[in-house]
Amino acid sequence: MIAEAGLAALWLAAALSLLQLGMGVAALINSSPAFAGEGDQAKPGGGAFSDSEEPLHHATRGPPPPEIRGRNFASAIRTIAIVQGLLVGLSFLALIQLFLRTDLSVKLVAANSHSLKPWLYKFAGAWGNHEGSMLLWVTVLALAGAAVALFERRLPERTSIATLAAQAAIGLGFYAFLLFSSNPFERLFPVPVEGNGLNPLLQDPGLAFHPPTLYFGYVGISIAFSFAVGALVTRDVGPAFARAMRPWVLGAWIFLTLGITAGSYWAYYELGWGGWWFWDPVENASLMPWLAATALLHSVTVLATRDGLRAWTVMLAVVAFSMSMVGTFLVRSGILTSVHSFAVDPKRGSFILILLALYIGGALTLFGLRVGTVKEGSTFEPVSREGALVVNNLLLCVVLALVFMGTLYPLATEALGVKVSIGAPYFNLVTGPFALLLVIVMALGPLMRWRRDRLREVARRIALPILLTAMALLLALLLAPGMGILPLLGLVLALGVGAASVAPLWKRKLLRTPLFTWGMVLSHLGIAVALAGMASESAFTKETLVAARVGDRVSVGPWSLRFDSIEPVAGPNWTAVEARLTVRRGTGAPFVLRPQARMFSTPPTETSEAAIATRLDGQLYTVIGKPDGAGRWQLRLWWKPFVTLIWLGGGLVALGGLLALVGRVRRGRRSVPQEAYA
Amino acid sequence: MKAKNQRLTLLVLAIAAILGAVLLAMSALKDQAAYFYAPGDIAREGPPVGRAVRIGGMVQAGSLRRAADGVTIDFLVKDETPHTIPVRFTGIVPDLFKENSGVVAEGRFQPGGLFVADNILAKHDENYMPPKLDSKKGEHKSESLK
Repeated sequence: MIAEAGLAALWLAAALSLLQLGMGVAALINSSPAFAGEGDQAKPGGGAFSDSEEPLHHATRGPPPPEIRGRNFASAIRTIAIVQGLLVGLSFLALIQLFLRTDLSVKLVAANSHSLKPWLYKFAGAWGNHEGSMLLWVTVLALAGAAVALFERRLPERTSIATLAAQAAIGLGFYAFLLFSSNPFERLFPVPVEGNGLNPLLQDPGLAFHPPTLYFGYVGISIAFSFAVGALVTRDVGPAFARAMRPWVLGAWIFLTLGITAGSYWAYYELGWGGWWFWDPVENASLMPWLAATALLHSVTVLATRDGLRAWTVMLAVVAFSMSMVGTFLVRSGILTSVHSFAVDPKRGSFILILLALYIGGALTLFGLRVGTVKEGSTFEPVSREGALVVNNLLLCVVLALVFMGTLYPLATEALGVKVSIGAPYFNLVTGPFALLLVIVMALGPLMRWRRDRLREVARRIALPILLTAMALLLALLLAPGMGILPLLGLVLALGVGAASVAPLWKRKLLRTPLFTWGMVLSHLGIAVALAGMASESAFTKETLVAARVGDRVSVGPWSLRFDSIEPVAGPNWTAVEARLTVRRGTGAPFVLRPQARMFSTPPTETSEAAIATRLDGQLYTVIGKPDGAGRWQLRLWWKPFVTLIWLGGGLVALGGLLALVGRVRRGRRSVPQEAYA
Repeated sequence: MKAKNQRLTLLVLAIAAILGAVLLAMSALKDQAAYFYAPGDIAREGPPVGRAVRIGGMVQAGSLRRAADGVTIDFLVKDETPHTIPVRFTGIVPDLFKENSGVVAEGRFQPGGLFVADNILAKHDENYMPPKLDSKKGEHKSESLK
C-alpha cells in the first residue's frame, strides 16, 4: 500500500508540475502584450518593473484586467508549487518507510537493503541507490520550489511566475525520468526471503549526509538558474533579480562546499588509501558545479550591490546550472564509473543525456535570444574590487574548463575507440598554478575599493601580508630545502593569504562589522587554512609499508608502534580481523589503535577500516592489509602533519557562507532598497 | 570607459580565457593521458617505456609470487591472446584482487618489459576490461563510491 501511495503521490506531483508550467506560460503570454511589449524597451534601466519592489506598484500602472488575472494566476501557481512540494515529500517519506520496514516486495528495497542492517543504514539506504537518490533529487527540487513560492516576495509578479514555470520545466524532466525509467516503487514478485544488502562501502554515517548535501547544492543552483530564466523571460535582469537569486546561490554553494569537504574526508577514512582527493570523475562532478557556483556567487554580488556584470551573471547562472546537470548526469548515468553500465541500461543513460541536452540547449538558446535585451550595467576601473572579481571569475572559469576537459576527455576518446584515463598528473599540473593565482587574487580583492582604486593604496594595504609571505618563503627554504615547488608555494601563500583575508577587519569596530563581511573573511581564511593543509600533507607526509609479525615494532615519522595482536571481531552484518597496535610518540603516553579488515556477508565484500589518531598537528593513519602466508600481516602507516586543516578549512569556508547568508537575509528583511549600495 | 566598450572587453577576456584553457588542456591531455594497454597490444606495439599508462586483463592462474619483504608481489596479466605482461607491485592489493580475476594496474614499463605498478584497481575493474573479456563475464553492476 505504501509503495502505491508513494507512486500515486509522485504521479500527482508530476501532473501538478505540468500544470504549473502550463499556467505559468499562459500567464506570461496573457500579460505580455500589456507589459513586455515596446513599453519596457523604451524605459531606461532594464525591464518594466526593475525599479519597483512592490507588485502593487505596477498594478496601478498597467491596464487592470490582465494584471488581475495574472495575480490570480500567480497565487494559483504558488499554491500548486507548495502542494507539489508536499506530495513529493510524502512520496519520499513513503520510500523511507519502505526501507525502514525492509518491505522486500518492493524491488528497490530487495535489491539494496537487508533486514539485519542497522537502522541508520536502512534509513540512509533509501537514497544509497539510483532510484532513491533520483527521488531525493526531485524531492529537494520540489521542496525548494515550494520555498520559493512561499517566501520570495521581492521580485515583480511576472518574474516570479516565470521563475516558478522554469522550475516546473526542470522538475518535469526529472519526474519523467523517475516515472518512466527509474520507478523506485516497483513491486517484485515473487517476494524474496532476504534482501541483497547495501554496498558495504556505503554503510557509513557519511552516506546519510553526503549525497543529500550535494543534491541540495545541485538543486539550489537549479533554483538560481530558474531565477535567471525568469529574469531573462521578463527582460528584468538587474539588482532586484540578483538580490532574489543571491540567497539561493549562497545556500547552494554552502551545501556544495560541505558536500565536497565531507565527501573528501569520507573517501579519506573509508577507502583506506590515505588520500583525500583522487580526481575521480564523481569527485569532479561535484567540484565543477562548485567552481561555477563560486564564480556566480562573486559576480551576483557585483550585480546586487553595484549593478555591474549583468549579462555575465546570467551567463554564469547558465554555466553553473549546466555543470550541476552534467554532475547529475555523470553520477547518475553511470557513464563514468563504468563505461559499460551505460550500455547495460542504455535507456537511463540516454534519457539523462536527452534531458541534459534539452536543458542546457534551452538555457543557452534563451540566453542567446535575450542577452541583447540585457542593458549594460555600471562601469568600473580595472583596478577596483569589481576588477578583482572579474579576474577571480575568469580564473575560476579557466580552472572549470580544465577540470571539465580532463573529466570528459576519456569519454570522447572512448567514443573513438581509444581508452585513456586522466588522473592526478594532469589535474595537478594544469589546475595547480591557476589555483595559486586565484588565492592571490582572493587576498587582494577584499582590500580594494569598489569602482576605482589606486595601485599604490592597494600596495600599502597588502604590504604586511606580502612581508609575511616573504619571511615564510625564506624560512621554508632554510628549514625544508628540497620541497616541491607547488607545496612550497602553497604553504607560503597560505600564510600570506590567511593574513590578507583577515585584513578587511583591521581597524574596524568588530561588533559593528556586518555579518556578511565576517562571512567573507571567514570563507577566505578557510581557503588559506585548507591550502596550508593540502601543502603540508603533500610535502611532509611520511609513509611506512611493512609485513610485520605479532610483537614486531615499526615506526613512521615521530611515532613508534608495537604490533600486539591480531584477533577476529564481529559486528551486526560483518566479521573482521582486527590488529591491536600500541602507539607511542617519542616518550609520550602509549595508546591503542585497532585497524580492521572487514568481511561483509551481504553482499560478500571486504573493506578496510583505517584506525586514525588525530592530534593537533596531524593524523596517524593505520591500515591492516593481507596476511602474507608466512605469519606476517601487511601494515600501512602514514603520518600526515596538519592534514586535518584541509577539512577544517572546508568547514570554515562553509561557515563563512552561512554567516553571509544569515547576514544577507537579515538585512534583506530589514530594508530592501537601501541595501543597493551597501 | 563606456559601458558598451567595457562589456566588449569583458567578452573578449572571457573568450580568450576559455580558449586558452582549452588549448592548455588539449596539450596537457596529450602528454598526461594514461593510455590503456592489454597484453596483446604490448606484444604488437612494444611497451611504451617510461610513460604513465594503464594495463589490464586477468591475473594468470598460478603466476602470483610474493617477495620476501611480504609487501611486494609479482604476477602475470593475460588476455585472450597468448601474450602476458609481468607486473610488480609494492603495497596492499585491493580486496577483489586474486588469480583468475580482472585487474587494472597503473604504472610504467621498465626497459626490460617489466611493468612496475604504483596502483592496482580491482574494485572497478569491469570498467576497464578489454571488451572481449568483459563480455564473457556478463552483466555487471558497479556502485559508485560517492
